[in-house]
Amino acid sequence: MRGWSWKWGMLVAVAALTMVGATKVRKLARDAAKKVYVAPGEHDEFYAFMSGGFNGQIGVHGLPSGRLLKIVPVFSVNPENGYGYSEETKPMLMTSQGFVPWDDTHHPELSQTNGVPDGRWLFINANNTPRIARIDLATFHTVDIIEIPNSGGNHPSPFITQNSEYVVAGTRFSVPIPQKDMPISKYKGNFKGTLTFVKVDPQTGMMDIGFQILVPGFDYDLAHCGKGPSHGWCFFTSYNSEEAYSLLERHASQKDKDYIAAVNWKRAEACLKEGKGEKMRVTYYHNYWDEEKQMAISEKKTSVTILRPEKCEGMIYYIPTPKSPHGVDVDPSGEYIIPGGKLSATISVFSFSKMINAIKNKQFAGEEYGIPVLKYEAVLHKEVPNLCLGPLHNEFDTRGNVYTSCFISSEVVKWRYEDGKILDRIPVYYSIGHLMIPGGDSRKPWDKYLVALNKITKDRYLPTGPELAQSAQLIDITGDKMEMLLDFPTMGEPHYAQGIKADLVTQRQVKIYPLEKNHHPYAVKSQDAVKVVRKGRRVDVYMTAIRTHFAPDNIEGIRVGDTVYFHVTNLEQDWDIPHGFAVYGAQNANILIMPGQTLTLKWVPKAPGVYPFYCTDFCSALHQEMQGYVRVSPRNAKTKLYWYWAGQEQK
Amino acid sequence: MKGWMTMAVGIALAVPAALGAQGINPDEFYPGKGVGPVDTVVLADTLDPELVKKGEEIFKLKCTACHQLDQRVVGPPLRGITKRRRPEWIMNMILNPTEMVQKDDLAKTLLGMYYVPMTNQNVTEEDARALLEYFRQVDAEEKK
Ligand code: HEC
Ligand SMILES: [Cu+2]
Repeated sequence: MRGWSWKWGMLVAVAALTMVGATKVRKLARDAAKKVYVAPGEHDEFYAFMSGGFNGQIGVHGLPSGRLLKIVPVFSVNPENGYGYSEETKPMLMTSQGFVPWDDTHHPELSQTNGVPDGRWLFINANNTPRIARIDLATFHTVDIIEIPNSGGNHPSPFITQNSEYVVAGTRFSVPIPQKDMPISKYKGNFKGTLTFVKVDPQTGMMDIGFQILVPGFDYDLAHCGKGPSHGWCFFTSYNSEEAYSLLERHASQKDKDYIAAVNWKRAEACLKEGKGEKMRVTYYHNYWDEEKQMAISEKKTSVTILRPEKCEGMIYYIPTPKSPHGVDVDPSGEYIIPGGKLSATISVFSFSKMINAIKNKQFAGEEYGIPVLKYEAVLHKEVPNLCLGPLHNEFDTRGNVYTSCFISSEVVKWRYEDGKILDRIPVYYSIGHLMIPGGDSRKPWDKYLVALNKITKDRYLPTGPELAQSAQLIDITGDKMEMLLDFPTMGEPHYAQGIKADLVTQRQVKIYPLEKNHHPYAVKSQDAVKVVRKGRRVDVYMTAIRTHFAPDNIEGIRVGDTVYFHVTNLEQDWDIPHGFAVYGAQNANILIMPGQTLTLKWVPKAPGVYPFYCTDFCSALHQEMQGYVRVSPRNAKTKLYWYWAGQEQK
Repeated sequence: MKGWMTMAVGIALAVPAALGAQGINPDEFYPGKGVGPVDTVVLADTLDPELVKKGEEIFKLKCTACHQLDQRVVGPPLRGITKRRRPEWIMNMILNPTEMVQKDDLAKTLLGMYYVPMTNQNVTEEDARALLEYFRQVDAEEKK
């Protein structure tokens, strides 16, 4: 009897405890849910821009909800809206290697004024065929792409200077410069890297290569530029200072230190003024969007200015840093420089003012190909042992704390960089790469949330076969303890991300393109002006679209062997009334034309027949009626060119 | 997805429009001023030819895709409009169509007949005034 009641007592107690536990968990979940809840019709507080990695795009999410707002096509063609398929946007993807329809985007970077994101532009690198793109945040369109010559892969890019003077690029893969045919085994000493400074026009944002610094053939990995006292400097991590060219996983990790390259770009500018730069002939492309003509222009460039470290003393130094560093981050005050030594459990905090002293006092430990290597101890502020396994990247808050992502131990660690004290850790699921706090690499972080950009997803969501979305996690960083709030999927593979207070972006939004300002050479601004013009085998259709018809909506007299260009002007002048255009058998894509815009789709009909075209974007209750036909006659037929709309038969 | 939302909005609007339609004949004079920024329009006895010309240009550029004077296209034919509507109503319809087709009884009735909501063509109040002058000219011609 007694034993019996004891057992029952235990059971009841355990059950009660479980219930208390469950209630507590439910309450926590409820609190977290409240913090990320954005009521219907309301807006998120922040924009988050996630690089798309191998999808070549940028994912735009709202925080704290995590909702996906838009995918911005950048280096990859996008059949959804015709980017890279329409005649207007194709030139955007021209390179020295021809038309390149894809790339690998890694690091978005917001434009800054006085070291604070200003909401004007977003830059992002192409890792594979080295380029930097600029997105105008008034339209969320890619408006400028510059190719980086003398580079075999653009990874440490496009980190920005305090007033958006420059965005930087660096070679992840060193190559022969200039490129030539040579044995790979001659890598050491013959392959070179470049650190490129791309000038940004303060008014228009237009990019242009300022100069390239020729550096030893290491792998340059990530970067960040100084701010406040360190404004005028940029810092690049490098690995493979062994200059291995095979089995890098082993050979490139032999030394226990690699380097941070500290570049004084103001000094570089002075050397350029003194005429110390050399012109080098090389081909690269600059493509930009002409807002007036509503089309991309592609310009071929043929020369860059090279600076050699030996000819510009004081321009570049190496700081020894623990094994194969990844990120290098500068705190909001601009004094501390913190690399992530991804194969080291110890993290080093460097001091900018100590670095300047070490340079002044010539505290050198040696040199690499003529570049002075500073004494580690002379630049070191603090070593923090046992931080975590695989520290990759850091972002900051306004309270003297730094948050480090740790790939191997799959956690975020919060610590104080002044005294190295570790304050908190939170596990993340799974295997975090970069992390992001809105403004967290600037002088004024909006330090409310942190996003963990995880590399492995596994079981976090409903399974979708072998291929899964990536997993981001939102963490509340306002308290002493970090608090996990939300999981949300991200597209492609976000490497780095940037976040900004929403109003800085919303106040600049463009809603329509005024028809009066449309100077596209094939625009028709009034339905009465539509026409079809033949020039030999080329036929140009000057077409309009408005709810709920195209004009013309019937075209006859096209022949097999013709190349037809449909130039469609959307006559709507109201926000969010795009029209789409698709035509049977088109071998490119559809185009999505914004109000007041003109876009062109090329079409090469293959056989005689009558082929429909229609609007792809549900624009109104009569959207299904928004259609038309093209009659295609045999190659030598005498069918007259003839078009009409809405029963208005012309000529 | 967005397409379906637009349609849902369309249906939601069309239903009350059909109900609100009771008793309103769009071919007759409608006494309301509509909803929008225009409260009073003072008309001179004579027409301003400059303004008429400007109005005609804007009409060609921004309206003819949906309106003709004598024939239904997407929207109703507009000849005689100044006799059927008050000047304030016409200008509010041009300047504030989205709210008009939700709140004004006649505009709701029209939406129920035409299905496509009269669109905001991003014209200024001055332009709307010029359009009105052009419609007055059209209707004056008819008298002759
Ligand atoms: C996308 C097609 C479209 C365009 C462009 C358009 N409208 Fe309309 N309009 C309509 C429709 C449809 C209606 C009927 C009401 C409804 O369905 O919402 C209408 C109604 C009107 C009415 C009321 C007619 C009546 O019988 O009371 C006026 C006045 C008018 N439009 C003027 C204009 C002017 C002026 C412009 C150019 C600035 C213009 N519209 C451009 C589609 C359009
Ligand atoms: Cu449409």
